[in-house]
Amino acid sequence: MFKHFEPNKIFAITSKAPKYVLVLFIIILTIGLTEALILSPEDYKQSHSVRIMYVHVPAAWISLGIFSVITILSTIGYIFKIRNFFLISKSLAPSGFVFNVIALVTGSIWGKPTWGTWWAWDARITSMLILALFYIMYLVAWRIYQNNDKVFKITSIILILGVVNVPIIKYSVDWWNTLHQPASINILSKSSIHISMIFPLLTMTAAFALFSILIFLMKYNTELIKIKNKGLDRL
Amino acid sequence: MINETFLMNGYGLYVWSAFVFTLLSFLSLYIVIKVQYIKEKNKFIAKFGNLNSERATFAKSQRINREILSNTTII
Repeated sequence: MFKHFEPNKIFAITSKAPKYVLVLFIIILTIGLTEALILSPEDYKQSHSVRIMYVHVPAAWISLGIFSVITILSTIGYIFKIRNFFLISKSLAPSGFVFNVIALVTGSIWGKPTWGTWWAWDARITSMLILALFYIMYLVAWRIYQNNDKVFKITSIILILGVVNVPIIKYSVDWWNTLHQPASINILSKSSIHISMIFPLLTMTAAFALFSILIFLMKYNTELIKIKNKGLDRL
Repeated sequence: MINETFLMNGYGLYVWSAFVFTLLSFLSLYIVIKVQYIKEKNKFIAKFGNLNSERATFAKSQRINREILSNTTII
C-alpha cells in the first residue's frame, strides 16, 4: 500500500495541485471573513470581541491536528522505514507552527478585553506555549542534523514526547481551574455555541485547513526538488 | 454601519489586530515557502543545464525530473 505514496508517483499531482488549492482557499477565506467580521452576530456577553474566536479557535484546532498527524506519520515512518512519511511530516510542520503562534497571539489579544490581561499562566495557555516549543525543537532538529538516520530518530522522539501534551491541552480546562473557558463545540454532546456562530467558525476552519494544505504542497515540492538536486550532484 | 464594522463598540482595535496578524502570518509563511521553492528550482535548472548530453538524457528518463523541468511556474 505504501508504494502508492512514493514521491516519484505523486509529484505529478502535488506539483499541479497548489494553484487549485490557492484559488479555493481565497474563495473560502473571503466567505469566512465576510461571515466572521460582518454577518455573524455579536455575543450577548463579549460583544464584538467574540469575533476573535473565528481566527483563534481554527488556528488552535489545526495546530493540534497537525502535531498529532506528524507524530503518527513519523512513528509509522520510523517503524516501517518509510522515508516519505518523514518528508510529509517535515512539510506539514511549518504551517502547524504558524497556526500555533496565531492561536497564542490572537488568544492574548482576546484576553485583554475579556480577562483584563494579555497573558495568564493558566493550564490551557501554558500547554499551548509548550506545544510551540516542541514545534520549534522539531523544526530546529531538521536544520541541525544532516544525517538522515539521526534526524529521523531525533524528530520522532521530539514528536512522541510532545504529543503527550496534546490531551493535556484538550482537557486542561476540565482538569484545572483555568481562566480559559471550556470547549463550546462538542462532537459527542450538545454544543453551547449558537448555530449562527457555527457556520463562520466552520468556514474559517475550512479556509485555514486549505491554507495548511497549500503550504504543505509547496514545501513538499521544495523538499522533493532538494532531494533531486542532490541526485544530480551524484550523476 | 461602517462605524459599527470598524469600531465594533470599542472592540475594533482588538478584533482587527487579531485578523490582521493572522493574515500577515499567512502572507509571510506563503512568501517564505515560495522563495525556498523558487531557489531550489533555479538550482535544479542550473545543475541540469550543466550536465553533458548523456547524463542529461539519463536524468530526463526519470519522470519526476521531467515534471520539475516542465512546471516552471507552479503558482
